[in-house]
Amino acid sequence: MVQSGVVLPEHLDLFETGIARRLDFSYSGPQSARIAQMLFGGQIELGAVHTYLELFARYFVDLTPQVALIAAVSADREGNLYTGPNTEDTPTVVEAASFGGGIVIAQVAEVVDKIPRVDIPGDRVHFVVETGKPFYVEPLFTRDPAAITEPQILTAMLAIKGLYLPYGVRRLNHGIGFNTAAIELLLPTFGEKLGLKGKVCTHFALNPHPTMIPAIEAGWVEQIHCFGSEVGMEDYVRARSDIFFTGPDGSLRSNRAYCQTAGLYACDMFIGSTLQIDLEGHSSTVTASRIAGFGGAPNMGSDARGRRHPSGPWLKAGAEADPDSPAPVRRGRKLVVQIGETFGEGNAPMFVERLAALELAEKLKLDLAPVMVYADDTTHIVTEEGIANLLLCRSRDEREQAIRGVAGFTEIGRQRDRKMVERLRERGVIQRPEDLGIDPLDADRNLLAARSIKDLMLASGGLYRPPSRFRNW
Amino acid sequence: METLRFDLPAPNPARGTRRVALAGVVASGNLEALVERAGAPDRCVIEVSTAAHGFKALWEAVTADFVQRHAAGGLHISINDGGARPDIVSLRLAQGVRLIEEDEA
Repeated sequence: MVQSGVVLPEHLDLFETGIARRLDFSYSGPQSARIAQMLFGGQIELGAVHTYLELFARYFVDLTPQVALIAAVSADREGNLYTGPNTEDTPTVVEAASFGGGIVIAQVAEVVDKIPRVDIPGDRVHFVVETGKPFYVEPLFTRDPAAITEPQILTAMLAIKGLYLPYGVRRLNHGIGFNTAAIELLLPTFGEKLGLKGKVCTHFALNPHPTMIPAIEAGWVEQIHCFGSEVGMEDYVRARSDIFFTGPDGSLRSNRAYCQTAGLYACDMFIGSTLQIDLEGHSSTVTASRIAGFGGAPNMGSDARGRRHPSGPWLKAGAEADPDSPAPVRRGRKLVVQIGETFGEGNAPMFVERLAALELAEKLKLDLAPVMVYADDTTHIVTEEGIANLLLCRSRDEREQAIRGVAGFTEIGRQRDRKMVERLRERGVIQRPEDLGIDPLDADRNLLAARSIKDLMLASGGLYRPPSRFRNW
Repeated sequence: METLRFDLPAPNPARGTRRVALAGVVASGNLEALVERAGAPDRCVIEVSTAAHGFKALWEAVTADFVQRHAAGGLHISINDGGARPDIVSLRLAQGVRLIEEDEA
């Protein structure tokens, strides 16, 4: 089975019943615990955990699907498909299967005379199954502002003032955690006060995060291209076709392969959260009992070695990493930022001596540990204690102490070399809140442009329709 | 419930005249810190009552850092902890000190 998102229990049932044996995938979020159990239990043989773009690439080389099962909103009598806002991986899967000699089977809610727009041409589709009901979509990108904590707000303030401002980051991708949700909600307040509107965060490769609504409404954003859609955002996106890519029918056209390519080549920054970071700066979301996969993070969170176009942030980061090379032949650097609190859920430290991904690789005898973002791609780490700029580190030792220096009260943090950390701070390798003129006591929830899902709905003029699980009114 | 008591040297005496201040709320992952003026001006006593066992070393580190960085001399702080992470603990302690520096509302 080659499948980018293994997110429904039924997907894993195929391995229990013996229909599938070997799995190559990218993301398993909601099934992360069960997939771990089945890997350890030997029911699933792991090919590899890929980044999306990497798996898509293999569809055309050595993992070409023979049978593709896809979902769409509707089909016409010629087999043309309308996927609606959730086009996502479908064009890529269909391209590989259909032109690679395979069979494409589409599940649609209804067969109609005329579809709103053709997302998949009918001559690439071999069978259509009418189900009579819409396909299921999980709201994966909705973060309730009510759950954002003060330390998360502090990390967001540090990122905006300590990274977005000095690098002038206009083209970027945000991860899906609460820290980046806090950044999105601070743009119209904290960001506005810093005079950053129009100077940062104007172009995104990003799903339609509900927490982006206040910034969009305040006029911050010029354009967003989406990997996929988000439940409840359909009407809002339709109304903001000036910002989002939409079809002639008015609804969102998402495309994961194109958006991942945009994130890799045309964005100057990736900022996202992780569960574990080691002393070199490798990060991973694998824990002892969960294998969530990477999704797009390793692709977005890596330096595109094929990039050739300059931009301010990319050149500045490149110069910081390598001040001595002549500018015309010096590669720039993508800003790859890991952001989070030093302790995560259940008081688990984000900084560890050894990644759980390494134990997993040993247990399953894998050649390669599932590292999400490699150390040599990571440029900054932001915690409530401050920002570590790894581009400015000149030795392994400096790098380790820069990481320890923002690791707070974790064991890794408490074992820092205090003198060396102070020297790194004097050089600006480590920046504390006070070095950036930020008082941690100002990290208040009143800074959030929306403090609840209801606020987001109101900010959208009632166009955002939150799924019922997020409604408490 | 585990109770911990730290009697720490506090180089910076507390400012202001307010007698008592309260920061935070008791909730899962949060805590309540009751700050009162009591004891010697160069000491700070912190009493912790916590549902999360086995984190004494972490409390030691967080409270030692707190008295170094804030004007906490002459304060007695009672913490009712709902399993807050160290970042929240530091924040609530700092908020408590700031509140007791302010005039009575």
